[in-house]
Amino acid sequence: MADLKTTFLGISSPNPFWLASAPPTDKAYNVNRAFEAGWGGAVWKTLGEDPHIVNVSGPRYSAIHSNERRVIGFNNIELITDRPLQTNLDEMRQIKKDWPDRALVASVMLPMNEQTWAKYLPMIEDTGADAFELNFGCPHGMSERGMGAAVGQVPEYIQMAAEWAKNAASIPVIVKLTPNVTSILPPAKAALDGGADAVSLINTINSIMRVDYESLTMYPTTDGMGTHGGYCGEAVKPIALNMVAEIARTKDTQSLPISGIGGITDWRDAVDFLALGASNVQVCTAAMVYGFKIIDDLVDGLSNFLDEKQLPFGQLVGKAVPSVTDWQYLNLNHVEKAVIDQDLCIQCGRCHVVCEDTSHQAITNTVNGERRFEVIDEECVGCNLCASVCPVDGCISMQHLTSGNDPRTGEPISEIKANWTTHPNNPMRKTD
Amino acid sequence: MSNDAQIPDIRSSRLDKDEIARNFGDLHPPLSRSEALIAADRCYFCFDAPCTTACPTGIDIPGFIQKIRSDNIKGSARTILGENIMGGMCARVCPTEVLCEEACVRNTHEEKPVEIGLLQRYATDPIFDAQAQLFSRAPPTGKKVAVIGGGPAGLSCAHRLATLGHDIVVFNRDSKPGGLNEYGIAAYKAIDDFAQKEAEYILSIGGIELRNGKALGQDFTLAELRDSYDAVFIGIGLAATNEMGLEHESLPGVDSAIEYIADLRQADDLGKLPVGRRVVVIGGGMTAIDIAVQSKRLGAETVDLVYRRGPEQMGASQYEQDLAMTNGVTIHHWAMPVELHGAEHVTRIQFERTMLDADGRLSSSGERFELSADTVFKAIGQVLDAGALRADFAGLEFQHDRIVVNEACRTSLRNVWAGGDCVDGGDDLTVTAVQHGKVAAIDIDHHLSKE
Repeated sequence: MADLKTTFLGISSPNPFWLASAPPTDKAYNVNRAFEAGWGGAVWKTLGEDPHIVNVSGPRYSAIHSNERRVIGFNNIELITDRPLQTNLDEMRQIKKDWPDRALVASVMLPMNEQTWAKYLPMIEDTGADAFELNFGCPHGMSERGMGAAVGQVPEYIQMAAEWAKNAASIPVIVKLTPNVTSILPPAKAALDGGADAVSLINTINSIMRVDYESLTMYPTTDGMGTHGGYCGEAVKPIALNMVAEIARTKDTQSLPISGIGGITDWRDAVDFLALGASNVQVCTAAMVYGFKIIDDLVDGLSNFLDEKQLPFGQLVGKAVPSVTDWQYLNLNHVEKAVIDQDLCIQCGRCHVVCEDTSHQAITNTVNGERRFEVIDEECVGCNLCASVCPVDGCISMQHLTSGNDPRTGEPISEIKANWTTHPNNPMRKTD
Repeated sequence: MSNDAQIPDIRSSRLDKDEIARNFGDLHPPLSRSEALIAADRCYFCFDAPCTTACPTGIDIPGFIQKIRSDNIKGSARTILGENIMGGMCARVCPTEVLCEEACVRNTHEEKPVEIGLLQRYATDPIFDAQAQLFSRAPPTGKKVAVIGGGPAGLSCAHRLATLGHDIVVFNRDSKPGGLNEYGIAAYKAIDDFAQKEAEYILSIGGIELRNGKALGQDFTLAELRDSYDAVFIGIGLAATNEMGLEHESLPGVDSAIEYIADLRQADDLGKLPVGRRVVVIGGGMTAIDIAVQSKRLGAETVDLVYRRGPEQMGASQYEQDLAMTNGVTIHHWAMPVELHGAEHVTRIQFERTMLDADGRLSSSGERFELSADTVFKAIGQVLDAGALRADFAGLEFQHDRIVVNEACRTSLRNVWAGGDCVDGGDDLTVTAVQHGKVAAIDIDHHLSKE
């Protein structure tokens, strides 16, 4: 079994899977259960100043389901901890004592003045927590009070608060970023400039799940009125991966260690985040949907994968980052065609109808009077739509043409890479 | 044991009330909403869907399943019933395993088709339960059409004609509408009086006058109807049972399966229905299976089904054959009845082994075996009792003892259409009869609008 022991900012944990700051880490009872189940670490539910905030006594969550009621996307309007600070601190201290090998990170959200940070952070650090995570991400409720995402959306505030935190803390400081921004790079850069040791991302995305079809009000509501929440779960993973990869591949920010968050449900999701630049990952929704036991597959699956790849954990981190680039650098001389494996084809014809209706009319429905779906190379642009909708795994693959002419354009296949920056149709092309 | 001596041993109440109730409950319990959503999710929404092509009535199956997914049940039911007004009954009785579900591409993927029949029932049950009218009638055309037969073909024809604005009189031989849906299908396939619920729904469109107890040749003639109506549709099914052609065939205890099933379907208390201890069924179609399984479920000790050819040639689908076997019916292939024995009542029946000769024709091997029987059920097919109706059918072209029609279900007689089991080239399925009725109605409408 591959060794999954991970060190993030000098904090070691038996595996790279931490529970994200959220309801699963609300109190000692949950965190004990999580550590018993095998989680590598926990970011305690966000602490705030006293008196503690209150939460609604009603629907805090809602979900988008598949027809078999699998949770695809998840929404919450829960705020930070609604328990007295001292209760949390006592429990954290006990947890750290009972579980010295696990990572315990204190998530904090405080008003934007330095005195408050200076007052609370040492008190919290005294629990024995391994690091702080500054919650600049929550997009609902707390943001109305000038905290959470309201900070994360203004790089200057991020930098300022990161500096306050660094001044007040002797343990590492992680800045948790909100995805509710146009570009993730300025907030990440601000965290770095403020002295943060790492960033974690993404927090949740502003969301309204749906309306109630009976009452035609938004759903869910608290006594007839609703408010936007934060969206998470499997559905948000691609958004998170892009932001993680942006930070990891951009010169100004690539020195920041990243704790990846966003829809991680099984070990493959973790591989995505790690390969795109995260050094560890945090999970919330999957635990809220399935319970803590999912850690078995996360650990076991990742371990088996690394064994099979004969790849030490450390070498997985960032492995895919060099393959991420800007569109303008994609090789426009590269030609692919879809190929349908007729032995695997079950004749559903979805590839045909989507290509016919919405793409390039490049798949037949009849050949010699028989129902048959074949790619018409003269029309196929290799867009991957057919392969994306095909219900049979592996039935449609994309084949790279390496010689001869592209039947669509009649142009010879070139081995020379050429991208938009030098393309004759680009008025801004580089001419050297 | 005392009943060994009793010949024939035919009596009621072989099973207690609870057992009878269990045996004649729903064969396929309906899907719950969550089951339906999961089943619907398996539909791939195929292009030019093979299931739709395989459906004799051409229901847009992916279309109605898509609507189940989105909880648009009314829309789903309209998609189904718009093509097949008996979509509720067909959901129960269609041999889906050789129609839509056989064509499902999921068979290639994982050898388990989408449960189309059950989904169709899920979408249509609420409509029949609520008798929710999904159809409206076109403005009155002033045309009158006579429909002979209140079975699937006749009711389907009448309903479509009604939506097109015509007025219809249905002449129905029986005391209730529905034909074989009411009198001929195994009870556990259509529980809770569904055939009547469906007929009531069909008639509720308006413009259809149902006259029960009116039989062609007895109460009226075809010629009279042709004189008094703008068009006539014949959907009289096949009223007569084929004979085995054996000596002593009229012995008590040698019965028509169809007639017994009709009695069973109309019985208020199945426990009171007499059933033989040892039942022998002759035949290999759906009716043979229906009578065999129902006899067993009424408490017959042994049920032997004897068919003169092999399992592949049986009219009953593999699913039906399996159903018979899991119900404890013994199926004997390659044997034909040759002698009936008994003085006052049938007691034994002798069979000869059959085989295919060098030319592929069925022939006897000469080897014999015998089965004891309290009841022998004939389920070797139905025939159009053309003899009795000869005078009525003057001018109608026949082939294979059935009425010849073209693709639009027109007969050789002007202004006369026909469909269902009584026409040549059909497959004796409810769904096909419904399609005939629909096709004929559309052609009748086309024809009448040109007049």
